[in-house]
Amino acid sequence: MNSIIFPFAVFFAAIFTNNILLTNYLGMCSFLSVSKELETSAGLGIAVTFVLAVTTAINWVVYHFLLVPFQLEYLRFIVFIIVIAAFVQLIEMVIERYSEGLYFALGIFLPLITVNCAILGVSLFMVIREYTFITSFFFGLGSGLGWLLAILAMAGIRKRLRTAKIPAGLEGAGIALIIAGFMAMAFMGFSGMITIS
Amino acid sequence: MIATLLISVLIITLIAIALALLMVIADATVGNYGVVKITINDKKELEVAGGQPLLKALNGEGVFIPSACGGRGSCGLCKVRVTEGGGNYLPTELPWISEEEKKQQVRLSCQFKVKNDVSIQIPEELFSVRQFTTTVERIRDLTHDIKEVRLKLNDPPNIEMKAGQFIQFQVPAYELTDEPVYRAYSMASVPSDTTHVELEIRLVPNGICTTYVHKHLKEGDTVTVNGPYGEFFLRDTERDIICIAGGSGMAPLKSILLDMAEKGSKRKARYFFGARTARDLFLLDEMHELEERMENFTFIPALSDPAPDDNWTGETGLITDVVKRMAENAPEAEAYLCGSPGMIDACVKVLSELGMPEERIYYDKFA
Repeated sequence: MNSIIFPFAVFFAAIFTNNILLTNYLGMCSFLSVSKELETSAGLGIAVTFVLAVTTAINWVVYHFLLVPFQLEYLRFIVFIIVIAAFVQLIEMVIERYSEGLYFALGIFLPLITVNCAILGVSLFMVIREYTFITSFFFGLGSGLGWLLAILAMAGIRKRLRTAKIPAGLEGAGIALIIAGFMAMAFMGFSGMITIS
Repeated sequence: MIATLLISVLIITLIAIALALLMVIADATVGNYGVVKITINDKKELEVAGGQPLLKALNGEGVFIPSACGGRGSCGLCKVRVTEGGGNYLPTELPWISEEEKKQQVRLSCQFKVKNDVSIQIPEELFSVRQFTTTVERIRDLTHDIKEVRLKLNDPPNIEMKAGQFIQFQVPAYELTDEPVYRAYSMASVPSDTTHVELEIRLVPNGICTTYVHKHLKEGDTVTVNGPYGEFFLRDTERDIICIAGGSGMAPLKSILLDMAEKGSKRKARYFFGARTARDLFLLDEMHELEERMENFTFIPALSDPAPDDNWTGETGLITDVVKRMAENAPEAEAYLCGSPGMIDACVKVLSELGMPEERIYYDKFA
């Protein structure tokens, strides 16, 4: 695949065929706990998308210009996490200052993004798959949108679940995990359109 | 080998410094809200650095709002009415704010950040709250898990309190906490002794303050407290009094009873004290001495689970059952309760069933 189309292919794949949540099961914790309301799900999803796109790009720069030249690739786990934490903190301050509305809409979920493993996961995949800077950025953005899509779908389903009759033992996280499994199977319908490693 | 090690340390440090610098710059630019003005009760004006929580800003200016958790948003005590400049509620405030309080613009001052000029309303008596530097004069064991701590006030040297009120104890940073935190404790001392404060502190496993007091605090240490706070004090009526306490709930009631004895009160008072076994009872001599000093006072300790070798001859059973059996004067009396939330709720229920109106039941719940 030529280098101009490839980033967009990765972008598309990250949303549909290789959805970070439904194929890798990353970012499960907040996916399960925040997907009860459509509005908060959307807010968190957008924040995750934003953080993913930016931190993947920053981490790419840090990895290729700081860690690789000094052969410190093994430090990437620590370094990526520090960068993510600092960046989330920064975003929180900026949002608090300049967009009170968004700050209140996201609330406590904003700082919680730091510990969303999808964010670290995407940075690590980007290294393993040897993406270029542009591809990494689109990979991050796409993964975020894929996560947003998955949590929105889940919130929609859970809204209906409230009126459904669920066996007592499966209420809450149990049924949510089963549904996530079904959703993953449904997304398998996209596979074959594009294959990325 | 060593070179690699040094380089890795260097790089990590470099990244950390760069990010820390970024945060410092952000804090000074994005997070800098300049100087803002807080107007208290339409008359007092304070100028503080913007961006910090209201509770902290007020503390820095010597205005103390009661808070049991030290500003973590987990006790819900530090409520303040913000009449101007309040803005929206934070998700961390909402669990503590009722619909009624929302209309009154009540905010949780440890969560609400002052970013612009605000006007707030606080009870007048909070102006009389002071911060005291004290020295630990004596620590003694009351039971296997309750210690009595007697503090000598140094600066300012005197406290004006009502019997039954509480103070906040500042725990300095130590192994269980990275920053100083405040915990509320009732004063067990009598108000006429204005130079001392006595606290009764029960060891709670992993409790930040209780562990500090039980394991680290020594006689001669310096302790910072602020107060007095609270609406739990003896009402000036002629009614009979029913006191109920358990464990370290003894403290405010001891203060109230000592105060009554000093003032020569003739009101009929009964004090039900619940414990599990005889080893959980304490201050029995002091209570019997009070019975001598006050003709209408009776101390009724009750054990719920006396051990065989306690040779217990007093009341047995849950404190609620004992109260139910004996408090026949409940409809005319008023009650003062101090203890765990579970005990208080059970006692309020029993007293209501006995015919006591709820507005005459005063209590101090351990948060």
